[in-house]
Amino acid sequence: MKILLSWLKEYVDIDVPVEVLVEKLFGSGFEVEETVYLGKDIEKVVVGEVTSIEPLEGTHLHVCHVDCGGEYGSDNLILTGADNVFRGAKVPAAVVGAKLPGGIEISPRKMAGMMSYGMLCSGEELGIDENWQEGASVHGILILPEDSKTGEDIVKTLALDDYLLDISITANRPDCQSVLGIAREVAAFLRKPLKEPDYSYNCDNTGKPEISVSVTDDAKELCPRYLGHYIYDVKHFDSPREMKRRLSVCGFGAIDAIVDITNYVLLEVGQPMHAYDLDTLDGKSIIVRRAADGEKIVTLDEKERVLTRENLLICDKTKGVGLAGIMGGLNSEIEPTTSEILLEAAKFRRDSVRKTSRALGLHTDAAARFEKGVDEYGVEIGMARALNLVQKMGVAKIGASHFDVSAGESRECRMAEVSVKKVNSVLGIEVPQKEIVDILKALQFGVSENGDMLTLTIPRFRTDIENYQDIAEEVIREYGYSHVVPTFLDSAKVTAGGLNAAQNKELGVKKFLCTQGFYEVQTLAMYSRRELDMLRLSEDAPERRAVELLNPITDNLSIMRTTMAPCMINVISENVKTDHAAGRFFELANVYLPKALPLTEPPEERKILCLGAYGANESYFTVKAAIEALAAYNGLTFRFERGERPYLHPGICAEISCDGVKLGTLGKLRYEAVEGLPIDDGKKADLSIFLAELDYTALSGLFKRELKYTPDSGKTKIKRDMSLVVSKKTLCVEIEDAAKKASPLLSDIRLFDHFESEKLGIGKKSLSFSLIFADPAADVTDELADAQTDKIVAALSEQLGAVRR
Amino acid sequence: MKDFSEIREQVRSKLESVRDAVELSDFWQSYLGKTGVISGLMKEMKSVPAEEKPLFGKAVNDVREWAQELYRTKSAEIKKLELKQRYERESIDVTMPAFGIPQANLHPITIIKHQMIDVFAGMGFEIFEGPEIEDDDHNFTRLNVLKDHPSRDMQDTFWLTDDLLLRTHTSPGQIRTMDAKKPPIKVLVPGKVFRSDSDATHSPMFSQMEGLVVDKGITLCDLQGMLDRFVRGMFSDTAKTRLRPSYFPFTEPSVEVDVSCFECGGKGCPLCKGTGWIEVLGGGVVNKKVLENCGIDPEEYSGLAFGIGIERITMLKYGISHMGMLFENDLDFLSQFKA
Repeated sequence: MKILLSWLKEYVDIDVPVEVLVEKLFGSGFEVEETVYLGKDIEKVVVGEVTSIEPLEGTHLHVCHVDCGGEYGSDNLILTGADNVFRGAKVPAAVVGAKLPGGIEISPRKMAGMMSYGMLCSGEELGIDENWQEGASVHGILILPEDSKTGEDIVKTLALDDYLLDISITANRPDCQSVLGIAREVAAFLRKPLKEPDYSYNCDNTGKPEISVSVTDDAKELCPRYLGHYIYDVKHFDSPREMKRRLSVCGFGAIDAIVDITNYVLLEVGQPMHAYDLDTLDGKSIIVRRAADGEKIVTLDEKERVLTRENLLICDKTKGVGLAGIMGGLNSEIEPTTSEILLEAAKFRRDSVRKTSRALGLHTDAAARFEKGVDEYGVEIGMARALNLVQKMGVAKIGASHFDVSAGESRECRMAEVSVKKVNSVLGIEVPQKEIVDILKALQFGVSENGDMLTLTIPRFRTDIENYQDIAEEVIREYGYSHVVPTFLDSAKVTAGGLNAAQNKELGVKKFLCTQGFYEVQTLAMYSRRELDMLRLSEDAPERRAVELLNPITDNLSIMRTTMAPCMINVISENVKTDHAAGRFFELANVYLPKALPLTEPPEERKILCLGAYGANESYFTVKAAIEALAAYNGLTFRFERGERPYLHPGICAEISCDGVKLGTLGKLRYEAVEGLPIDDGKKADLSIFLAELDYTALSGLFKRELKYTPDSGKTKIKRDMSLVVSKKTLCVEIEDAAKKASPLLSDIRLFDHFESEKLGIGKKSLSFSLIFADPAADVTDELADAQTDKIVAALSEQLGAVRR
Repeated sequence: MKDFSEIREQVRSKLESVRDAVELSDFWQSYLGKTGVISGLMKEMKSVPAEEKPLFGKAVNDVREWAQELYRTKSAEIKKLELKQRYERESIDVTMPAFGIPQANLHPITIIKHQMIDVFAGMGFEIFEGPEIEDDDHNFTRLNVLKDHPSRDMQDTFWLTDDLLLRTHTSPGQIRTMDAKKPPIKVLVPGKVFRSDSDATHSPMFSQMEGLVVDKGITLCDLQGMLDRFVRGMFSDTAKTRLRPSYFPFTEPSVEVDVSCFECGGKGCPLCKGTGWIEVLGGGVVNKKVLENCGIDPEEYSGLAFGIGIERITMLKYGISHMGMLFENDLDFLSQFKA
């Protein structure tokens, strides 16, 4: 929020430099994000009096002699191209060596063959507009008031010797959304008295015209307090210069005295105000009610708004005249002819204003205040201050008709009892009782002491204060956080910390994958349906049952992922784009699987370990090796069978399981999917991408909790080799399974050679296995091993048509 | 007495010329083998008079033993020579690249997350990971972020239904922990969080680490003491913290915590924008309403809580200027975090 220092000083004597003020605001919870000196970039520009002016023949220039006062001399020769300068005019004169906004520096300069020793300035060149100074926006030189002091620094003359502070206000302090609110805080930490604005006014008349103000019962919830006051005989004129300046520096254009007053009060005490032209109100009535569904209103910005029952509407007898707390209606706008006005100061519920403002995409200063919250005290002083200004400035006569519609909230200050001990127990230090009391009094709390117990009268504007913790915060932010003495949980019990077994294991798995050359990546948990399309998933594929975001920031991130594959493909695609010839990546993260759609309960979050690899040296078997190594690292053996995924190569896709538990897939990305990647065709040509997705949640359930050593049986084991000719379609795993089934003594079977040759016959291949026979209870003899081998061969022959070579 | 000097001369010169194991084997065949010259001498025994036989036999044995001795010496020499040649033959360029898989590394966010966990684990913190999809109750209401309160606007929320949402912070972990166990509590909740804004300094997904301590007599001083230890563990032995007022609905008092600049030691530099301090986290004394919402008596127990942006610490520690780089997953970037 923007606060003008000179305005702030109206309510509290600030006798510290602006840097100290900023530091102290920071220390008490109000970070000043920006401190701007209004006269920055302006140097050596003074009020000059034009003592003579002659046109320069044959040019559009004028030769001026300018009295710049003592320091810069009474006769400065300055050429100007402007037409509005006259003898005796007071103008901003930038002398040689002067600086102006935009990095302009003034030096002696030859113009049309003649030297000029300075420059006369326009308002624009000084960075000010018409709101700040009359004449600032004319095309020509800024003509200053006649009573300007010749030779005075223009920064002073134009009231630019001032600071604009941009202060960030936390959500718990809506009461600080105003100059007065900040002044209260400054007064407290500087321990200076607060000079409140003048809230006094007198009614000019006792008569009460026929006006009515009401809030319908079903709207009271949204409008707990509504004040209206009748003013008449309204004059329309420009506000005083200072008010215009204050409004303009805070982003408000000056319009007309009465409208300016409503904006001024908003900035000064934080209460949004509105003025309704009474002539436009049918039945001279204000009715605050919920809008009907589909009801329309044209707001001051000349846009038609379609409303619902959730929107609060200010109406007259027949129509809406304002969107409560957000913007007035065009139909009740103050016109130059308006003579009777109903002034409004109200409290509208913040979430109601927020919802309406968001739903309509209509964000105004008033709405911003209401969304943060106004208090009823602010409503009262806002109205009083507005009437005070109306009267003081002679804008209108104050009528006697005052309306106060309330839902009945107490207008008394709330009370709280807190003990000094309790406050200090939160802080952990001993703030002296006197200090606590002084701090609270400076913050406008009423305090009465009874031993250690404090009875507090909470200021009405402090809606955030409830209990001893809130008081502790007030105390420490005023007392200073530098008083906190670090202690290390002296009174806490010792606890055992660190990762648990599962968390340790997970970190171990990640580190292991790094040793296998896989870099860990982090991808966003959301993507769009396009990613699922890229996977060529069928319409009824389970992956398409995705959780949707109600309010995505972009269509690209509109659903929660159900498979990690698109994320990994994207990582690889990006690295191919940036000319990395090869890469291995993994991510261990959640997919989100809804139990029902639309969602009725939180979806299942399933941890998936996704691996991706590409590059000249990668193949299905290099990635399989890494996955088998991962299994071995965890004491497991994975089973690979032929699998199928719409996005994976039909001949290079394996289903992975372990002990009958399905874990996921490994395969090569289909060429159609590669084709669709957003990378150069040249880079796609030889691109083979291998993807694995393993269900880590399931996998982690298989991790062994305890290991036991098994001693060697001491019995003789026998190794035999077996070469077979089988159909090309026969899988290695089929032979392994059948062999194990055929011989209970077969403790290990491993393929050690394979080849295809015409000699073997069409559609045939040769596979050679080494077999280990072992019996924990007895030595295996050569005869037994041979017999078992024969048995296996016989079984394979019968079941798979295998022939022993 | 016959000394077979001729044969000895032959043996000597023959053995002299032997260069490798094959020639040595040939030599054995020619002289010491069954059909060799020296064995042949024994055949002459038949023609030796009987009384000379013993002497003749001895002489033959002498020459055999002599030749065998020479053979053994030569054999050792040849073995040594051949081994030498083998070593020379097998010599390789040991500086050529290896065949193995290049070592990869964890993502920097994971590395920093675990460094942080290590520091807090030493203080007795357990690690709890809650769900990423939460409901209003856990993410907001029971944390004292009430429905009509503007503090809801502090966090732009991705909604899934009018109740379910992507957690906007790891603070729901506080509620879940306190629901599950009673004090003493020291828990860290690392995890992904989501906010509906995205620009140069924000990502719609990022990581936080929540910390919660609930026990008897926990104070604001404990928060600073604990965080002093944290920044010393994470940044430097001389790092310290500064507290300044802030606002979070779930803590009261609430503080922003700055760490003394580890780049300049607090003198002022570009990293700390000349202030000597760097904002690293937010925290405070647990709001008694939050304790009450979890059935913990605030008259008996008090707590402290803090939330740390893991990306922020990661960027500070590694000097990463753009948050986006953490999610681009470019190998040039990823491969730099080995230590």
